[in-house]
Amino acid sequence: MSGTVSNTFQDDMDTQGKSIPGSTDRSEKRFRFILALSGSLIVLLLLAILVTLLVTALPSIKEFGLFFFIGKVWDATTETFGALPFLVGTLFTSFLALLISIPFSLAISIFLGEYFKEGAISGFLRSAVEILAGIPSVIYGLWGLFLLMPAVRFIEMKIGVAPHGVGILTSSLILSIMIIPFSASLGREVITLVPGDLKEAAYSLGATRFEVIKNIVIPYARSGLTAGILLALGRAIGETMAVTMLIGNSNFLPTSIFSPANTMASVIANEFAEATGVTAASLIYIALVLFFVTMIVNIAGTYIIHKLSIESSKEVS
Amino acid sequence: MTGNHVKRRLAEDIFFKGIVCLFAFISLLPLFLILYYITRNGIAVIDWNFLSSLPRPIGEAGGGVFNAIVGTLMLIILSGVISIPCGIAAGIYLSENKAGKLASGIRLSVVVLQGTPSIVIGIIAYIWIVAPLKTFSALSGGIALSIMMLPVIVKTTEETLKLIPYHLKEASLALGVPYYRTILKVILPSGISGILTGILLSVARITGETAPLLFTAFGNQFMNTNIFKPIDSLPYRIFYYAMSPYPEWHSFAWGASFILVVLTLALNLIARGISVKWKTRF
Repeated sequence: MSGTVSNTFQDDMDTQGKSIPGSTDRSEKRFRFILALSGSLIVLLLLAILVTLLVTALPSIKEFGLFFFIGKVWDATTETFGALPFLVGTLFTSFLALLISIPFSLAISIFLGEYFKEGAISGFLRSAVEILAGIPSVIYGLWGLFLLMPAVRFIEMKIGVAPHGVGILTSSLILSIMIIPFSASLGREVITLVPGDLKEAAYSLGATRFEVIKNIVIPYARSGLTAGILLALGRAIGETMAVTMLIGNSNFLPTSIFSPANTMASVIANEFAEATGVTAASLIYIALVLFFVTMIVNIAGTYIIHKLSIESSKEVS
Repeated sequence: MTGNHVKRRLAEDIFFKGIVCLFAFISLLPLFLILYYITRNGIAVIDWNFLSSLPRPIGEAGGGVFNAIVGTLMLIILSGVISIPCGIAAGIYLSENKAGKLASGIRLSVVVLQGTPSIVIGIIAYIWIVAPLKTFSALSGGIALSIMMLPVIVKTTEETLKLIPYHLKEASLALGVPYYRTILKVILPSGISGILTGILLSVARITGETAPLLFTAFGNQFMNTNIFKPIDSLPYRIFYYAMSPYPEWHSFAWGASFILVVLTLALNLIARGISVKWKTRF
């Protein structure tokens, strides 16, 4: 639409006679070309990433195929590579982290979106959540090493399991803190979007605020809250540094939430620098899987948000 | 009977509000603990010597993170030079072409790139730059970080420019200003605060990234300003010191963390300040 409008303007101007019509026209074309080129470059970049991962992982894909996902052994000396321990480690840590973080992020969303929409407390909480999102991953890892790890080790000694300190539980705890801001900020937005007349209708029937939140706000905002959780999940799956520092770097299938493990991201971080040949290809194979999983989760989350924004703009107009 | 029923519902209501407030504030606890630990342990080691000298081998007293600070700044400049022009141009393209196959392709790519785990981007930069050149280098680190910056810049540029009223553009075109000059001299300057905010936020995002640097910029305990050689960076130094078994290096990790947190928070604050102060109102 905008393109056609500006084109007609451009034509008018050219026919009215510029001193050098040719040069404006050429700069004009060059300008549009550069814009489109930069845009296409991003699409090409993504395709190039995909192709690079596929091609460099090929030796491993050829050798292990789909058995890669059910193989329990990861051993560089015998060149047997199965990624099941890392898949389990990733799923375990991410879902545990989600489970821990949901009550908190939901509470923040309701607090900011319903109870205290503005004011000093809400401003404070909102900036605190923003700061939480801005702290680098490696610092979460450092803090986890010196505070969470001794705490988890203490618990492990109390209940009588091997006191590693590092492992799935420790990583999940740090991950849950790291992903709270992502679901909380989106949750706040969708909860503020719940139409006032719906809530007022419920209030006028005598509902308490709790009943309004439970029966009106949460059901209405459900898909938005889901999108927030999906984006947080995508973040948890791909998170590398803090997990690498706290998960204990063990290539065996985890047996409990206290056992050391490795996630897909952390095994790459731990081993890729020294890897060659099939080992490197297998690590890249894992990276390829990681890339696809986060891609699907993120596209799903964004799709839900997109649909929501279309719906809400329809309601306004 | 009914009185009890109402009382129960009211009690439930108050109880729920209490729970929400409690959980909301419990989730702030980690933030305070992290900031407290960083400040307490960080300030203890930071002095002029820590900021201005190079890392020393273990056993030797003193030493600092000067090369890491320089390296982080170099990496930021490198990645900015690569991603800012391309990101802004792509953002303009998206705001000018709201529909269309290429535009929706770009939007999808931006979403996917933004969600791509940083470690995967590290591997990509390794395969593209480190493997052919056969050496870890600042250049490869900069490229990895620029891939992480790109989606943020494109998105914020597009969103900023979308908000600029159409009549501004029409007025300029009606005066006979060519289309490209309209964009460069009217539209871009009106959106400059939003675009700058986006750039600063993306810089804040990459300043603390470690994972893409593990196999690219790598780390270097000496001073280096050659972009074809490995270079140190603050997050890498923190990782290196934190994973070492020496208590003295652990305290250095806290010191470096303090500098890094102050840097990223400052960037975030400046970004927010710019978006509030310089905002063009229509």
